[in-house]
Amino acid sequence: MTETHVDPAVPRVEGTLKLTGAASYAADRRPEGVLYAVLVGAPVAAGRLRGVDADAARALPGVAAVLTATDLPEFPELSAPSAVTVMPFTDDRIRYEGQPVAIVLGDSIEAAEAGRSAVVVDCEPEAPVVIGSGQREPASGDDPVVFDKGDVDAARAQAAVRIEQTYVQAARHHHAMETSGTVAQWDGDRLTLWDSVQASATVIPVVSSALSVDAENVRVVAPHTGGGFGSKGFIWPHEILAAAAARVAGRPVKLQLRRSDQFSSVGYQPWMEQTIRLAADADGVLLGVEHEVINNAGMVDTHVEPATEASKSLYAAPSIRLRQLIERVSLNVPTPMRAPVEGPGLWALESAMNELAEAVGVDPLDIRLANFAETSPADGRPWSANGLRAAYEEGARRYGWRERQSRPRHDGPWRIGHGMATCSMGSFRFPGAARVRLARDGSVVVESNVHDIGSGVQTALSQIAAEELGVPLDRVEIRWGDTDLPRTGPTYGSSTTMGTGSAVAAAARDVHKQLADLGLDADPLDAMERADIDELVGEGAFALPDGAQMNGDGQGTPYAMRTWGAIFVEVGVDPDFGVLRLRRAVGVYSAGRIVNPITARAQMTGGIIWGWGKATMEESDQEPVYGRWLAKNLSNVAVPVNADIPLDLDVSFIDEFDEAASLIGARGIGELGATGVDAAVAAAVHDAVGVRVRDLPILPWKVLVG
Amino acid sequence: MRDFAYARADSRASAVEALADRAAPIAGGTELLNWLRLGIAAPERIVDIGGLDELHGIERRGTELYIGALTTLNEIGEDPLVVDHAGALASACLQAASAQVRNRATIGGNVLQRTRCAYFRAEEPMPWPCNKRSPGSGCAALAGLHERSAIFGWTEDCVAVQPSDPAVALAALDAQVEVVGPAGPRTILMSEFHLTPHETGDPTRETQLGPDELITGYRIPVGHPDGQAYVKVRERASYEYAIVSAAAAVTLVGNQIATARVALGSVAMRPWRLPGAEAELVGAQMDRAAIQPIIESAMSAALPLPHNGFKVTMAGNAAVRALLAAGGAR
Repeated sequence: MTETHVDPAVPRVEGTLKLTGAASYAADRRPEGVLYAVLVGAPVAAGRLRGVDADAARALPGVAAVLTATDLPEFPELSAPSAVTVMPFTDDRIRYEGQPVAIVLGDSIEAAEAGRSAVVVDCEPEAPVVIGSGQREPASGDDPVVFDKGDVDAARAQAAVRIEQTYVQAARHHHAMETSGTVAQWDGDRLTLWDSVQASATVIPVVSSALSVDAENVRVVAPHTGGGFGSKGFIWPHEILAAAAARVAGRPVKLQLRRSDQFSSVGYQPWMEQTIRLAADADGVLLGVEHEVINNAGMVDTHVEPATEASKSLYAAPSIRLRQLIERVSLNVPTPMRAPVEGPGLWALESAMNELAEAVGVDPLDIRLANFAETSPADGRPWSANGLRAAYEEGARRYGWRERQSRPRHDGPWRIGHGMATCSMGSFRFPGAARVRLARDGSVVVESNVHDIGSGVQTALSQIAAEELGVPLDRVEIRWGDTDLPRTGPTYGSSTTMGTGSAVAAAARDVHKQLADLGLDADPLDAMERADIDELVGEGAFALPDGAQMNGDGQGTPYAMRTWGAIFVEVGVDPDFGVLRLRRAVGVYSAGRIVNPITARAQMTGGIIWGWGKATMEESDQEPVYGRWLAKNLSNVAVPVNADIPLDLDVSFIDEFDEAASLIGARGIGELGATGVDAAVAAAVHDAVGVRVRDLPILPWKVLVG
Repeated sequence: MRDFAYARADSRASAVEALADRAAPIAGGTELLNWLRLGIAAPERIVDIGGLDELHGIERRGTELYIGALTTLNEIGEDPLVVDHAGALASACLQAASAQVRNRATIGGNVLQRTRCAYFRAEEPMPWPCNKRSPGSGCAALAGLHERSAIFGWTEDCVAVQPSDPAVALAALDAQVEVVGPAGPRTILMSEFHLTPHETGDPTRETQLGPDELITGYRIPVGHPDGQAYVKVRERASYEYAIVSAAAAVTLVGNQIATARVALGSVAMRPWRLPGAEAELVGAQMDRAAIQPIIESAMSAALPLPHNGFKVTMAGNAAVRALLAAGGAR
């Protein structure tokens, strides 16, 4: 094939479909005879279910059935990747408000919603457990829960400077524009789910176990997914309930969560309280780092948000002590949310580093350079690649960080502050496979069960195939979102381009090899014609050492793998009102090879905006008396709008090719941009008006009374 | 949401007739549809008044500016007459909601929007007490999360606030609300149009408007205020309700205040005028040093709840900012 240079900066291949409304989502599937399902949730956050009176609902026109526990199969205890171990309808305990206690099936969504309002739920309420009053226990299980290196107590004793602070962040929901939803259709023993998910392959074992159906008989189709941000990563009860209801009803069932049900039917990022203790010498060089994390979990179901990972991996501290706890409260179980792990972890660690810089009297950038980790602080492995120093330097240059004190400190009523923080994420890698088909007419088809959550991965994978095979991008078609396609990793954890992209490259190289073996590589299309070969099919895989199904930091390799960056923000604070406005931001990232600079920039820009929302406005409150989410309505959920975001978001990448991380030289980028922003913003607020807020979001009244 | 009968009014009279028959009026529909979805209202009949052209438009009538009830917020905000003579109202309209909502929402319905209190806005069946939703049940916000609740005019029965932006400007401008009912037309002063639970003892009574009356327009006196401003405080820059707001209109002689009017928003169940401060401001210099103590003194009458003491400071600062902006000071 000819050497064709493919311009990497191409717009999204699915862009036109989305802009014209032609893109299809799970709920767009309308099988013949479909019933619309609406969940009826428990009206209290704790207690015992005494009964469900559905007579009035069943009598309504258009209501086909109201299912309660007696109508549904007995669900077994589930395990990961199910988000819950105990399915709703399993017993009479109410563990959170909104826990499904009935399912209304209607001929129309209107009929089903009317039926929901008519169902009377009888329960014996108990006092709910609210955040701050729940039982705290050490996290256990597979998550990294305890880590000790060196002697932190000795470090503390000999330190010239000590920082000890507690940082809080509110719970917050993902709020994807498309709520989660599933359309289930049975054909005899065969089940097809059209599902709004980030990892369709992992739906199969969970549904198969929950409903005792053979895994080979379950197919999951996931057309475009209208945003996920982690909320569609694990498998949630509504996916199983849709299939169970369809089986009982003998008709296909569509269960699209209503916005209000989305609050309690899928996860959210937990409320978190993190305590950091830094011990440093007089120059700010770290002697010890202690990091204790508490996140809320459900009464039975557990989610550990391993935010301590940040303190294990970022700075060259000779002693480190990490502890993770959970607090059980009457809420549905949390789940990972962009950015998990280091997202919350860096809010605490980077805020503490900014406080350390102030205490020592050095620039926040210099305190980071002084503690730069040349190798992994956890185990001393070398980095696969690490452009963090370059990112600091380039970010500071682009921002004018060293000259910031010479800039005006006022603009009308606004006081101007500057803040910075480090960004970092682990490199989640999952094994995966892809198939590349080259037809005699020069067209190429890429097949792999990735998902389109809006990150641009369809574009990146098409580009990789086009570049490897030297064909124009418009000759490449991509098939995705179907468990009948080659299985690959999930579309979360910033992992897809790196892993599946490498599998696509390997599959394309397999095509090349076949051409070479046939002696056809000089002029392949002509040669395929002459040899009467219609199609060559290449298979490619991305594998992890020892056949691992996932690793987060290069386990099993000689290298530690992470992504890095530096974020600098200029924030205006109106001291009369405590209102904050983002004026500009500079982010520079070290994340391996960038496959498509347009979609990559969109990811990081989106991450900064996401981080601004976390820092200044996003909050899901547990009502302190009733224990449920206070507002189950977007009207009481502020997320940034365009007017909040300045044009001046300067995003760039350090030029890298990380061959240890993946065949195509990429690491992950998706979540990286959302890390560090909160700590940088809090620092900028402090710089502007001298108020240190350690409790996110930084709402106006916290600044005003601070 | 239950089924309802829908009819279009072809005249003011037929609209009023339908209201007497307990129909709910709909124009832009940006608020009524929320009520139907949440179960805040479940009317059996809806009368669409959106086609009544006679209720639409802006004109100068002698010493008054007249704005028909069906004029949309964007039309008002962008109208040169309004910008010239009722700048605080234009600004309040353009800071309300989002561009899309402002293209639908009418000024008649806007002042009738219900509180944004999250307890009130819960979906049925009601998970907690709310005297507006379930009279006599109590007020969950009182012992709950009430950062955004009232600092004036509340009782233990209800701590909600009225969220309209335009209403605050209209109240500061001494606007009259023109309404029509079975007994014919009448006018109500905007600053007295909304009712607080403190006044009525009944949180379900929110305005002086009778159930069979329709807002037809607003009359705003023009000519005397030199400067006007509307200041809205919110955590995001657009498409968000005010934490607090303030509208001000002042007349100056030199740098001295000759007349001042100021109303606070989102602090009570109605736009909250500060008559004492308005009187004291006469003769004061148009600068922060002179204005701030007068406003702070007026704000000492506020009764904050346990979690919203900040609102006293924030609302006072908004009033000062609005007065300074209205007076052209920095």
